[in-house]
Amino acid sequence: MTVIDIESRLVEPAGDEPRVIDAGLSREDKVFHGSVRTIGFVVLAIFGAIGAFLGYQSIPTFSHYGLSFLTETAWNPELDQVGMAAVIVGTFQVALVAIVVSLPLALLTALYISEYAPQRLKTALVSLVDLMAAVPSIVYGLWGFALLQEHAKGVARWLSQYLGWIPFFSTDTDPDAALWAQSQFTGSAFIAGLAVSMMTIPLACAVMRGVFDQAPVGEREAAVALGATRWGVIRSVVLPFGRGGIIGGSMLGLGRALGETIAVLLIISPAYDIKWSVVEVGTQTTSALIAGLFGEATSFQLSALLTAGFVLFVITLVVNMIAAVFVGRSRSGSITEA
Amino acid sequence: MSTLTMEEHPIESERAPAAGAHLEAVGVSAWFGSHKVLERVSLEMPPGVVTALIGPSGCGKSTFLRTLNRMHETIPAAKFGGEVHLNGEDIYDSGRRITETRRSIGMVFQKPNPFPAMSIGENVLAGPKLNGTRVSRSDRDSLVERSLTRAGLWNEVKDRLHMPGGALSGGQQQRLCIARSLAVDPDILLMDEPCSALDPGSTNVIERTIGELKDEVTIVIVTHNMQQAARVSQQSAFFLATDGRPGVIVESGTTEQLFGDPQDQRTSDYVNGKFG
Repeated sequence: MTVIDIESRLVEPAGDEPRVIDAGLSREDKVFHGSVRTIGFVVLAIFGAIGAFLGYQSIPTFSHYGLSFLTETAWNPELDQVGMAAVIVGTFQVALVAIVVSLPLALLTALYISEYAPQRLKTALVSLVDLMAAVPSIVYGLWGFALLQEHAKGVARWLSQYLGWIPFFSTDTDPDAALWAQSQFTGSAFIAGLAVSMMTIPLACAVMRGVFDQAPVGEREAAVALGATRWGVIRSVVLPFGRGGIIGGSMLGLGRALGETIAVLLIISPAYDIKWSVVEVGTQTTSALIAGLFGEATSFQLSALLTAGFVLFVITLVVNMIAAVFVGRSRSGSITEA
Repeated sequence: MSTLTMEEHPIESERAPAAGAHLEAVGVSAWFGSHKVLERVSLEMPPGVVTALIGPSGCGKSTFLRTLNRMHETIPAAKFGGEVHLNGEDIYDSGRRITETRRSIGMVFQKPNPFPAMSIGENVLAGPKLNGTRVSRSDRDSLVERSLTRAGLWNEVKDRLHMPGGALSGGQQQRLCIARSLAVDPDILLMDEPCSALDPGSTNVIERTIGELKDEVTIVIVTHNMQQAARVSQQSAFFLATDGRPGVIVESGTTEQLFGDPQDQRTSDYVNGKFG
């Protein structure tokens, strides 16, 4: 048995240095590592440059209007009244309608595909949902404008009739009138949101399905062996495990909906006032504002539009970052996977 | 640490003896796609007896176990032939509810699989909840205590029932899974190598638990560990699949006979460690 004297341990022996160990990357590895890292940084740099450019372009607008650019509702460059308050509200109204509609549809679709669909149907449904994401947004815009609007305004009227006491569904006209003002229910955030939801469903559905598929087999079998129905497995294993994916997928959809332009531009009637109601005619979103006014903008108006673009850039960046955090944390069941 | 062997263990008098059910496999065959892994396996698993299924890897013993509570068919492309009788009734009969069958034939898996988002107490109560069985608030605590006690875990966790089940050690998690299975009051308990991922101490506790449970629940255990089979079981079946042929039972009988005086040469070679 060796006994080490405490006294001697207080004095560090001479020449006891950490040894330099060669990381041992081969030349091929070094080349590959270097090029991949470069490309990664280039992507980040481009992204950062876009943000920096937009931020730089916003300086004249912000120095001219100050914070009133964020609180002013009107967008009248001719009267020197330019502000984004109404536009930001409209942007979120359209996006929230899209999310409220797409969340249950995407969730139930994802659950059906991952839990109930037989294997052959599953493959077909996955490609079909992916195909939904591949449809150009102008097509959804035309569909929303030419087909959906005619039918959706009846739904909007119904919402206003029976749920009009909720500020979101109130209108200035009398929805009960025999000859109801049909045009009052067109071009609204509600109809634009329905069209946008067609684009957020595939995105949210893909994220949710991906997370549900990862639900640990061991826990699923545990539930089945206890006599659970499929719904029991979903409730006790899949949903608790996939909660992060449900939230994250919805947030990614929200990010997509906030930036959606052309479908919204086709459907809405531009209006610059802050109001609760989403079923009533007239709203404006940031991206539709930029696309709509970009063509005939003077150089100073262009700066204001670029500033609006910068605000949208920051909002979607924040939303997507929050989404990424939720998706990243979604492997909540990993504790058991030793 | 004192180890209780089966003979020494006192039978608890307050519980009704031999409450387990009679399970019998009749001509069970199983396939994965076109690959046949079991061929016409018949085995009787009487109440009050622990049955051990032994054999080398890939002999179909785990598949056989999973046909006994219809877990086999949860795997895509899995097929089944034959009958499994629970107290004389075929569990594959179309008139029987599959969820009720699985409730009465519980299963403990190789890897402990508690629900990580649930507390220890909630894990125990997960079964009744999933079955839609209403357990009154006052009965809940006693059900948790009774189940955890039967699984030999109560004393270790009684002060932290609200803690997540995933925070326990591997051996404790496995006993939590046993408690969870017992909480739905099964007639049969199937165990698929329940100790293969555990340390010797935890294995010892679980083996003792098996001995305590055998008079209440019919136990069928798959094990790679022949000493374990000899320690816990009274009846054994030796499975073997050779030359790409589906698995069959080469020999079955009392554990004493199978290990002490095997009739078949292959059984003799396996239990004496010549292959496997």
